[in-house]
Amino acid sequence: MLAEKYPREIQAIFAKYPVKRSAVMPLLYLAQREEGYIKKESMQEIADMLELDVTEVAAIVGFYTMYHDEKAGKYRMQVCTDLPCALRGADLFLESLCENLGIRVGETTPDGLITLEEVKCLGGCHRAPLFQIQESDTVTFHENMTVEKTMELVEALRKTVNT
Amino acid sequence: MAHLLLRHRDIPGLNNIEVYKQNGGFRALEKAVTTMQPKQVMEEVKASGLRGRGGAGFPTGIKWSFLPDTIWPHYVVCNADESEPGTFKDREIMEGNPYQFLEGVALACYAVGATEGYIYIRGEYYPIAKQIEACIAEMEKQGYLGDKLFGTATSIRLKTHLGAGAYICGEETALLESLEGKRGQPRLRPPFPAVVGLYGKPTVINNVETLTNLPFIVEHGAPAFREFGTEKSPGVKIFSLSGNVERPGNYELPLGTTFRELIFTHGGGIPNGRKLRAIMPAGASSSIIRVDETNFDKVMDTPMDYENVQSVGSLLGSASVIVIDDSHTMDWVIKKTIDFFQHESCGKCTPCRDGNYWMKHLTTRIHAGKASAADVKLLDSVAAQVYGKCLCALGDFSTMAVRSAIERFPEDFAKVTGKS
Ligand code: FES
Repeated sequence: MLAEKYPREIQAIFAKYPVKRSAVMPLLYLAQREEGYIKKESMQEIADMLELDVTEVAAIVGFYTMYHDEKAGKYRMQVCTDLPCALRGADLFLESLCENLGIRVGETTPDGLITLEEVKCLGGCHRAPLFQIQESDTVTFHENMTVEKTMELVEALRKTVNT
Repeated sequence: MAHLLLRHRDIPGLNNIEVYKQNGGFRALEKAVTTMQPKQVMEEVKASGLRGRGGAGFPTGIKWSFLPDTIWPHYVVCNADESEPGTFKDREIMEGNPYQFLEGVALACYAVGATEGYIYIRGEYYPIAKQIEACIAEMEKQGYLGDKLFGTATSIRLKTHLGAGAYICGEETALLESLEGKRGQPRLRPPFPAVVGLYGKPTVINNVETLTNLPFIVEHGAPAFREFGTEKSPGVKIFSLSGNVERPGNYELPLGTTFRELIFTHGGGIPNGRKLRAIMPAGASSSIIRVDETNFDKVMDTPMDYENVQSVGSLLGSASVIVIDDSHTMDWVIKKTIDFFQHESCGKCTPCRDGNYWMKHLTTRIHAGKASAADVKLLDSVAAQVYGKCLCALGDFSTMAVRSAIERFPEDFAKVTGKS
């Protein structure tokens, strides 16, 4: 239960807004913290807290691309292939990442470490190729990347997970 | 010239509150709160001619003046949902010069009598949102936010709200819906947010860059601000330059700077011995400007301000200048822009939702060389039917690149449909 696990954070979230319902987005991030996706039970719990129907909460999860309702790899590697990045070779970059990781876009490496995703502009077009890594409720930027640098990062992540 | 917005490029460590204070930080806020009436601040901003930097270019002071004095509370909401492909200016401001930005938000609150301001930051900017929250906490600690500012009765509180990946939330009524905990879908207007905005109350919504101009205007006055830029488009603007240029990046320049100066002098020109073929001055939402021998100088000498970019068949918008060289064809470019808009259409209006679905099929087929000239016509006709028929501008935006590409680059489409 979120309420038992994060009582102080939930209180702080509610204090931010004069209307309860506004808390739904931060609460969903909180629910995503543990396993990188939002479980049915959490949606129900959030719905109860906000006096909403669970389908309304699920509709919000579905609307925003950064909420996930299915388990994926520990790290979601989200490569931008929007026009400005594509002009600087982002499509080729993504293709060779696929080859190096041995997976296609949307798939997860067999060890459950990386899920490779293709996303729209991340606001770093001048530093293409680039991606962000979404992990639990955080995001980190990785810009001016090469395939070599990316594979080194993947190895480093693999080590931290295995130790 | 010293920067007015990207001041961190001249002053290292400006995202530290002490450094910001040593360099004149919070002087404008103190001046406003202790010596000026809110209405005077509003008048000063009106006189400066500052226009919204989010894309629409609407005069900021006039936008503020639409808030009725009879309904309270008022809210200020900052749009930090920067998501137009090719735009990365607000991010640099918030990373490098966060206190000037926050001082600007506080000034806007003071001017319209709001005691609460929300900063809606796109979810992908999570690390930046964390920094902004830390800066707000620091300002509260030092008495630049909170109650009894500078010993007066004024209170101003700022809070962040993190988006979760939806371009549409940059549209101001969709942003309000999202902040209220709903799906980010635009509202029918009127009523406008200035009257019925956040939680049904009068609300001002301004972009990050717009707000970051305020400390300068309040401290130095409207005439000083008008020394930069043109009569109708005063001030400086941050141009986000991307695509096929040697030195992509943000460039803070007076409004009215020419394309030539931005792309060639600052951007270093086109790499790999390639030629400039097309420019999209307002990100993916642009009509595409064709550049060839017949009009090269005319386009290059066009001043980039809200009026003049129209003379070469496009708009300045958020000044996200995407440069395209002659190794690319427009059937590919519009496939990319439609991929984006189809993904980002919020689904509320049928012409935008279905129109983009069909445009995606058509652009994909055309780019793959599996289409006929009739398909290109059909694509143009679908775009024409989307245009002007949706609640918000996203529908219109999705058609800009498509229609201008078909009209201005017929050879690219003749080639892929086997007609040349
Ligand atoms: S287009 Fe990739 S970050 Fe903007």
